[in-house]
Amino acid sequence: MKIKQFKEMVGFGILRLCVGMVIFILVIILYDIISKGIGIISWKFLTAMPKNGMTEGGIFPAIVGTVLTTAITALLAIPLGMGCAIYLNEYAKDTLITRLIRMAIRNLAGVPSIVYGLFGVILFVETLNFGTCILSAGLTLGLMTLPWTITASEEALKNVPNSYREGALALGATKWQSIKTNVLPYAIPGMLTGTILGLSRAAGETAPILFTGAAFYLPFLPKSLFSQFMALPYHLYIMSTQHHAISKVRPIAYGTALVLIALVFAMNLFAVIIRYRLRKVRME
Amino acid sequence: MENVKIRVGDFNFYYGKAQVLKNISIDIVENKVTGIIGPSGCGKSTFLRSINRMNDTIIGARAQGRIIIDGRNIYDEDVDVVEIRRKVGMVFQKSNPFPKTIFDNVAYGLMVNGVKDKYYIQDRVEKSLRDAAIWDEVKDRLNKNAFELSGGQQQRLCIARALAVEPQIILMDEPASALDPTATLKIEELIQELKKKYTIIIVTHNMQQAARISDFTVFFMLGELIEYNITNIIFTKPAKKITEDYITGRFG
Ligand SMILES: Nc1ncnc2c1ncn2[C@@H]1O[C@H](COP(=O)(O)OP(=O)(O)OP(=O)(O)O)[C@@H](O)[C@H]1O
Ligand SMILES: [Mg+2]
Repeated sequence: MKIKQFKEMVGFGILRLCVGMVIFILVIILYDIISKGIGIISWKFLTAMPKNGMTEGGIFPAIVGTVLTTAITALLAIPLGMGCAIYLNEYAKDTLITRLIRMAIRNLAGVPSIVYGLFGVILFVETLNFGTCILSAGLTLGLMTLPWTITASEEALKNVPNSYREGALALGATKWQSIKTNVLPYAIPGMLTGTILGLSRAAGETAPILFTGAAFYLPFLPKSLFSQFMALPYHLYIMSTQHHAISKVRPIAYGTALVLIALVFAMNLFAVIIRYRLRKVRME
Repeated sequence: MENVKIRVGDFNFYYGKAQVLKNISIDIVENKVTGIIGPSGCGKSTFLRSINRMNDTIIGARAQGRIIIDGRNIYDEDVDVVEIRRKVGMVFQKSNPFPKTIFDNVAYGLMVNGVKDKYYIQDRVEKSLRDAAIWDEVKDRLNKNAFELSGGQQQRLCIARALAVEPQIILMDEPASALDPTATLKIEELIQELKKKYTIIIVTHNMQQAARISDFTVFFMLGELIEYNITNIIFTKPAKKITEDYITGRFG
């Protein structure tokens, strides 16, 4: 009895330690970035163009660039990802081919982002002749996000009990009716949560936009979707490794990092809120 | 004269390679309650789900033979499955209300069948809830989530939901298996009421219940139809020894 209790204590202790360590690391990183970045954050920093070879001024074009590319990513990844997931989970028969497709999707989720970048160059920049621009970069990120969106959406659909589908069919609903009115409403919160997490990951990616449209230094806003653009993660990369006066622009780099983190955090928060609200609506 | 509503002929059913229904032939009489009894796993649910083609949704399942409803083989290729399911309602073994309001649960079938008239829907919902003997318990909270109801109320709600689309046949898979004696009694009374309008097939594990509520009784074993007769005869002088053994609880 005593030994059992002791083992429990040790077990829980180890688990607590794991959680503690993860939180500790997270806090350190956040503290580092916030404490070094907060000083430079001002309305001007957020809304001004960079000046003097990026040693002064703000990061407005980078914010706009990241928001625009992420919007395109969302436009591609959300409808296509949800559509694929609905097809795979609700319509596709369990054949060798669908299993292969599913396996391919899982594996695509693990492909390094730089590979997507190369693929984006070949497909969007060259073959479709969009050039290096917001559109190419957004679509590349969209492709990268798709496997995550599909997998998360399929998971959400799997969580809807089969009895909802059967119950609807037994009342004379068509297959699509049963999906539309009795499956999707309960799957969408989960689908959106997974998707937005995928999007926030895409917003922070550098490699895929590196060759497809992100520019080093453009002190003006993009004119159209076919313009090159600045982006927060790429800007951060430049400021911390490629700039001629790295130590001088350190504060700007930290400020950029802080804005990027805040943006990603806001998106994740948004996902949580959607899930919470939709869940409440459903339970009423 | 009694009308045959469903005529099953040489019906076989397979899950993959496993045959779970073997050469079933039976006539189901209109406006009567037909009870199905038999040991667990003998294919009762499978048989029931074959009558509204619910088994279509199972991968690898295959049906062979005829199930003729009103002169039409529902397994013919040009048959509209949706049409059949509207005509043949089903109450599942596990009650499965949707996570919607009580009202929307009952109105669901009307909605998917394209009924738009609000007043008609309201009327049908009330009527179905009354027919399912649950109206008095829910009339003041139609906009509450169906999950707030007790197990027995949920089961009656599912019955109301099935009634709302005015089917001709109702399949019930152990509708009282999870209910207390009072709720069970309510459902049994309800079934007696319903058979005036509907043809009912009900699966039950409870011998007394089968004897009480059904006009005809079918005994299944290992996917075969062993015996079928007027309930009274099955329970008093069955033709086969094995039926008698099962009914009296003399085997597993
Ligand atoms: N989806 C399925 N896939 C494969 N086999 C199945 C499936 N559903 C049922 N079976 C098998 O078919 C046989 C008949 O099952 P069924 O559910 O019809 O039995 P039942 O008489 O309703 O049993 P119970 O009284 O326990 O509900 C069983 O051997 C079962 O294992
Ligand atoms: Mg069963």
